[in-house]
Parts: sequence; C-alpha cells; structure tokens
Amino acid sequence: MNTDNLLELRGVKKYFPIRSGLLNRVVGQVKAVDDITLSIRKGETFGLVGESGCGKSTLGRVVLNLHKATEGEVNFNGTDVQKLTGQELRRLRKEMQIIFQDPFGSLNPRFLVKDIIGEPLRLHERMTEREIDIRVVELMELVGLDATRRNRYPNEFSGGQRQRIGIARAIALNPQFIVADEAVSALDVSVQSQVINLLMKLQRELGLTFLFIAHGLNVVRHISDRVGVMYLGKIVELAPTEELFARPLHPYTAALLSAIPRPDPTRKRERIVLQGDVPSPANPPSGCRFHPRCPAAKAKCSVDEPKLRELGDGRQVACHFPLEAGSIG
Amino acid sequence: MAEKLLEIENLTAGFLTMSGTVKATEQVSISIDKGQTVCLVGESGSGKSVTSLAIMRLIDYSGGAILDGSIKFRGEDLTKRSQAEMIQTRGNKIAMIFQDPMSSLNPVFTVGDQIAESIMLHRKKGKKEARKMAVDMLRLVGIPAPEIRAKQYPHELSGGMCQRVVIAIALACEPDLLIADEPTTALDVTVQAQILDLLRSLQKELGMSILMITHDMGVAAEMADRIAVMYAGIIVEEGSASDIFARPSHPYTEGLLKSVPGLEGARGEELFTIKGNIPGLSQLPEGCRFHPRCPHAKEICREKAPPAFTVKGDHHAACWMYMGDGGEAGWTIESIPEVSR
Repeated sequence: MNTDNLLELRGVKKYFPIRSGLLNRVVGQVKAVDDITLSIRKGETFGLVGESGCGKSTLGRVVLNLHKATEGEVNFNGTDVQKLTGQELRRLRKEMQIIFQDPFGSLNPRFLVKDIIGEPLRLHERMTEREIDIRVVELMELVGLDATRRNRYPNEFSGGQRQRIGIARAIALNPQFIVADEAVSALDVSVQSQVINLLMKLQRELGLTFLFIAHGLNVVRHISDRVGVMYLGKIVELAPTEELFARPLHPYTAALLSAIPRPDPTRKRERIVLQGDVPSPANPPSGCRFHPRCPAAKAKCSVDEPKLRELGDGRQVACHFPLEAGSIG
Repeated sequence: MAEKLLEIENLTAGFLTMSGTVKATEQVSISIDKGQTVCLVGESGSGKSVTSLAIMRLIDYSGGAILDGSIKFRGEDLTKRSQAEMIQTRGNKIAMIFQDPMSSLNPVFTVGDQIAESIMLHRKKGKKEARKMAVDMLRLVGIPAPEIRAKQYPHELSGGMCQRVVIAIALACEPDLLIADEPTTALDVTVQAQILDLLRSLQKELGMSILMITHDMGVAAEMADRIAVMYAGIIVEEGSASDIFARPSHPYTEGLLKSVPGLEGARGEELFTIKGNIPGLSQLPEGCRFHPRCPHAKEICREKAPPAFTVKGDHHAACWMYMGDGGEAGWTIESIPEVSR
C-alpha cells in the first residue's frame, strides 16, 4: 500500500440479486459496481461523476462499509475495512463519515439540532453533557451557524442551514475521510456556493479527504483534484481535473461535458447529443458498455471490453479508441 | 411588431392562510410574443411556479387566488373567465409540462391511452383515430418504435422517455403556448440536452410560444429569447437573453451568475456568494426585497421598493441604481442620494 493513499479499492464489485417468482429465486444480478480499482490520496478531493443509476452512490456506500462488497478489497489506511468487526469497526466508523443529499430527509425532525450534532459524540466518545455542549457550539460556529439556535428543531432552519447541520454532524468526530453524496445538489444556487466554500474551508483547516459524488459537473470541477467518470458500474475515465475537462479522452466524458448548458447565449453549441438512454445495469451491453450510444464505436467495441489503462500523467481511460489518440500512441 | 400572445400585467397572486394573505407574486408583468421563448428564472420560493399556475388558473385548485392584475391571452382576460370556460383553453390552447415526469403520468394507463385521452377530449376525435394520432405524437417527440411504446405503461419507460410522453400529451392539441415548469431539472445532463433540443425543434415546427421556468441560468441561456429574473415574488430584471447575459444589471442576477462555478477558468478558489438566505414570503423585508443580501444596499433601498427602471432599450431592472435616466446616464449606486430616515 502506497502511504500517500488514504483509501485503496481493488477490484470492488457490488451486485444486487434480482429475485422473482414463487420461490424467490435469484434470476439475475444488478451489477451496480463492477470491478472498480482506484485510490484516493490523503488530503485530496476525489470527484465521482456519472448519470443516475451509474453506481456512484453505491460505490460511496461500499467505501463506507454500509454495503458489503460482493468481491474485492477496500483498504482504508492499510486495513481491509470489510474484515473488521466489533470494536475495530466502531473505531473505523469514527474516521469515515457521510454527508447526504437531502437536507430535509437526513435530519431527524424530532431531534433538537444540538442532539443531531451531538449524537456521534454520545455514541463514540466518553464525554459529559457539558463537554458535548461545548463541542456542539464549537462545531456550529465552525460551519457558520448561530450556536444560540442549538435548542431548536431542524424545521426552523432553511435548506442551506440544514445542510450545514449535516456537515457539522459529519465532522463532529474529527474524521479523516468524508463521502459527500450529492451534498450540494439539492440547494439553490445562491446557497450552493456558500456550502461549497464551507466544504473547501473545512478541508483546508481540518485536512479532510473527500469523496465528492455529484452529477453537477461544474461543481465537481471546482472542488476536485482528480475526477473519475462512471458509466454503468465502471470507471471509464480517471484524470486530474484540469486535464479531464480540457481534454476528455473517453467519448462518454466528452458527451457529458458538451451536454452542460452554459450561461452564455453567444457561445456556439458544439454538442454531442447521445442517442437513447443509459442501459439497465442488470443487463449491460456486450463489449464496451457504452458502445450502443457511442458516436465513435467500431466493430471491436461490441465484442471486446476495454480495460481501464494508464496513459501517463495520472490519466486512465477505458476505451479502445480514445479521443486525440494520436497524442497517446 | 410581433403579435403578442400572452400579456400578464401587474399580476398579484397568493394564498389565503390562517394568519392572513401571503402574496407569492406581486405586480408581475410579462409578455410573450408568438413563437417566442421566455424564461422565468429564480430560486425556490421566488414565485415562478405560482405565476405559471395563475396563467392556467390552476392556482384556484391549490388553495390560492389571483388577487390583482390581468392575464390577457390573445387579448382576452383569463382572470375573468369561469373555470368551465378555462377547460376549453387549458390543455387545448395553453398546455403545461411539469418537473417530475414520473408523477405527471398515470401509472395505471398505457402512455398511448394517456395521449389519446387529451386528443379525444379537446379535438373531438374517435377512440381509434385518437390512438393513431397518439402513435404519431410519440414519433414526433422522437420515441423509437412508437407502436410498441404506446402500449406500455409509464414504469416501463425511463425518465427521459416519460418526459417525452408528457411533452407529447402537451403538444397533442397543438397549443399556442407551452408552459414548461422545470422540464429538465429531474433529468441527467445528457437527457436534458436531448429534451432541450426536442423542445427547440418542435417549437420551430409548430410555431408555438414557450414560457419556460427554470433555476438554471445555463438552460435559460440556451432556450430563451427573453428572460425575467424573479426574486421573492417580484421580477427584479427583465430583458433579452443577450442583454441580460452581456450586462446583468440587478445585483441579484449578477450574484446568481457569479456564484455558479464555471467550466473554464480558475478552480478551487473561493466562490462568489450572495450572503444570507432567501426570505420567507411571510417575512419579506421592507423596501427592496433584496436589500438585506445586497452588497450595494443604500438607505433608500431599506425604505422604498424600487420600481422597474430602464437600463437600456427594453432591458429593465428593479433597482435604485437605474433611477433617473437609467444606467446609460451613468448612474451608479454610489451616486444615489442617501435618504435619511
């Protein structure tokens, strides 16, 4: 294990069985995450993008050991998280936290804000009520909330403020690693930028490592050091952010980038409109999973599945005919 | 001069609650020409959906009411009509599509039947003919194998397909005006691109006008001829799309555009933010509704709500910055005289 890496995934698969019929037999598998190998460095933000149903949230949950992987290894700080049980697993849970998308659904409406933020402290730390209260005040100030409002219920807070409560809860135990699963997607734009700034500030001050899962590509570009693009359970391209956005190699990445509406009516549209929809992960196409929608597909693509391969400069792509292939050789 | 299709004047709509009337929109004026696309942009709670419900007179069913103002469609005031008369217009002359395609469709009827229903109701066709037209509509909105799809139920279709079906239902009666309330918000970007392309090409083909409601300035830039920006129930800026993007004139519009991270340029730097939160409708600030969040707020902004001033030509902004001869005359926020309390 490379010591710069906080997290290493090796050949991780997560299949969900499809059961049907009278005997509830397994009739198929939804291959939500299919053979993913990647590593996340200490202190970086790794962005994971893809359309709905591509498996990005499932991957986030496998990383946190909320789902057991069907196959493969998840190494966190050198230990395989899936082998841990009991006390060891509890200790690990302190180090990895999650921020959810929905600021309304992820907070218990019957808990006071101080109890929501204080709950992880009660579960994991031996602290007196007074110590917990001091810590809650400190956390609320850190995320930009008025700590005098800690004796209120979540319904008295706006969407952006609730997301700050969720963030305060996630950082309460000083974790090393946070999965932000669409953490800003549900927020209005004027509030979204406030929360993005907060996440970046916390990363600087607390040395956090983020797995930032989102479908908003502009937000991912802004916050991430490296980005992985997922399609139907696989990583199709992985690269440092700047390069990925400036020079996408996978046709899917290129199509995804060209589909984003830009706030500039004078800009000429050079859009690659993909035909059709994302196929079902229960029955993915043969060969390259993207080939039925790929504008550059050739005969080989429907037979041979391309492996994710290194192209130097930290770039990886799973395509037989990557764009700008001349420069890659 | 282009023909005016819809003219909304000083529309005030709201909800009657236990603690009094809450005005969700106030003094909203928008006009749409024939064949034009107007985008209504704003964040949640800005009153953009209430405006669209008011045009359809559906607000009466949501516990609300039109309190003041007129909505002229082809010169006739819709606010004066009875609900029975509205049935003739709604779905027929003015159609609407909603954000969530899955919940806009009835899960227990095939999509073909749902399109045919609207055709039978409004165009007085027989069942057989309506079904045939439904298949044609599915083909028009770009659904492959429409004969087979027409016999399927909504759950057998993806989100993007369902939104195409919803568009097919809306367009089945060849409406003059299509109101699209966040039609692509629930969809992935690649599917969003398909649907926006579809709406554009159908508009060209059928010559209809579109009133599109969105929170995404990017979508507005792609679709709109004119843009109206709403904040807390009022229109704060209105103008042609090119004017608004070239010269955003209300501090709120400027903030909206600046706070979205771009796809080019610097990364990782602190993003521009509009401080504070969107006010609730029952606790609107005095004066200009944006002043507590505005970086340029002056004394006058706290006291009096600004009317719509002309920035240039038909570009308007409700901001004291443009008082007097308007922006071109060189008014800046600094030169506005302080008003003492």
